[in-house]
Amino acid sequence: MEERIIFAGFGGQGIMSMGLIMSYAGMMDGKNVSWLPSYGPEMRGGTANCHVTISDEPVGSPIINEATVVVAMNRPSLEKYEQDIVKGGLLLINSSLITIEHKRRDIEVYRIPTNDIANQLGNLKVANSIMIGVLMGLKNMISEAAIKISFGKVFEGKENLIPLNIKAYERGKEFISSISSQLVAR
Amino acid sequence: MAKVLMKGNEALAEAAIQAGCRHYFGYPITPQNEVTAYMAKRMPEVGGVFLQAESEVSAINMVYGAGGAGARVLITSSSPGISLMQEGISYIAGAEVPCVIANIMRGGPGLGGIQPSQSDYFQATKGGGHGDYKLIVLAPSTIQEMAELVQQAFHIADKYRNPVMILGDGMLGQMMEPVDFDILKKEENKIEEKPWATTGKGTRNKRNIINSLELDPQILEKHNIEIFKKYQKAAKEEVRYEMTNCEEAEIILVAYGTIARVAKNAIEIAKRENIKVGLIRPISLWPFPEEPFKKTKDHVKAYLTIEMSMGQMIEDVKIAVNGQKEVYFYGRVGGMVPEPMAILEEIKKIRGKK
Repeated sequence: MEERIIFAGFGGQGIMSMGLIMSYAGMMDGKNVSWLPSYGPEMRGGTANCHVTISDEPVGSPIINEATVVVAMNRPSLEKYEQDIVKGGLLLINSSLITIEHKRRDIEVYRIPTNDIANQLGNLKVANSIMIGVLMGLKNMISEAAIKISFGKVFEGKENLIPLNIKAYERGKEFISSISSQLVAR
Repeated sequence: MAKVLMKGNEALAEAAIQAGCRHYFGYPITPQNEVTAYMAKRMPEVGGVFLQAESEVSAINMVYGAGGAGARVLITSSSPGISLMQEGISYIAGAEVPCVIANIMRGGPGLGGIQPSQSDYFQATKGGGHGDYKLIVLAPSTIQEMAELVQQAFHIADKYRNPVMILGDGMLGQMMEPVDFDILKKEENKIEEKPWATTGKGTRNKRNIINSLELDPQILEKHNIEIFKKYQKAAKEEVRYEMTNCEEAEIILVAYGTIARVAKNAIEIAKRENIKVGLIRPISLWPFPEEPFKKTKDHVKAYLTIEMSMGQMIEDVKIAVNGQKEVYFYGRVGGMVPEPMAILEEIKKIRGKK
């Protein structure tokens, strides 16, 4: 098993945290992990991305050129990273902010209105945790228990935020299971 | 302590503390700022000294002082900051004072950029400052190895009374991986007596003096020769390297640090196309490992050196290969990182020759 995930969006969307949650969880499940952030003269509103590899084998290059998953939280991210997905890979699009269509026809694509769902939950900032839920609902790469502990790790010192983020995570999973059941019904 | 997820810069700092380092001097610069931040927080907790100097020039001279007094001392910076320290590093080597210096390289020349680079290889391995001296240079490629080599670096510095440099790039400093500090060798963290240190005369019958000035050419020549005896010993005892898939390789890649990991990906891709490619990864850049080239140059077609520079380590590779096989180069610079597919293209070009 090796998942190579690119999380991308703008500064303030919790892109780095998404990567960290998955990395911590992978580590706790005994996997090899690496987390590589974009760094530079970046700020809230600027572009941000991180490359996360979760693998049974030691991680080679921490830079991901052939992603198995791309999570695009804003339009520039979709435009930049869609081409880097392997054939049959997974693309998650934040459809609240991305209105354009994706181009690839050889990958699996889900459009999730994460900002709208987050607003329903009362806090726009949990859009990232919704996306983690979606990802976990689609790919069984790490254990549920590890993810839950991981939220505690990443929000250390901000424990009051954990319950809402876990709720957002559950909502993301529900969103995916409702879509899949619709597909089955059809 | 179980595994912890840490940035390379943080692991560097924590490993130093666990090696008994209680003195850190530095000046902020991207992409190594997490070391400074970590030390600012952690040093007071362990009763150590964290001091942000007014400049790199000042910081390295504080290292000279603390190291001279026998302390295990660390200084870190990135490329332009390391350039500013060169005078001090030469003095420290001349005065035979141990210390550990880490350079988390960024693109140059000049102020350059802040993205990863390996373009300070020459500066690190060929002197950097004035005079005949060498640094022992270690290049980790994972965060775990970062922690291990930093601890070894303190031991080596004390053993040879010479500065040791950890050479990493911005990627290694910024990325996170699990680190297990429990498997680190604890005996290397023992600090031995330093009877030469300037700790006050005490019961000694004469004062210890640490100095790099010697105006008598006969004595200075003797001093240079003595220092080089240490380097000859280090050249025998401190060589470190890793070889991957070299036995049946048609082409062998040579890369260090994070680029060795990119090279490993290229090897995997090449395998899918039935091309046998190996990797020599120097871990000690000085002393440069010549052994793996002796072992492989009879059966390999050519070597391909991959760096984030315009071609620096390739000179040492050529010396090691000694004209017996072709040595090719592929590099990206300015903060750009070589991609596995591009490396594969280079491999194919080499295979097509002759």
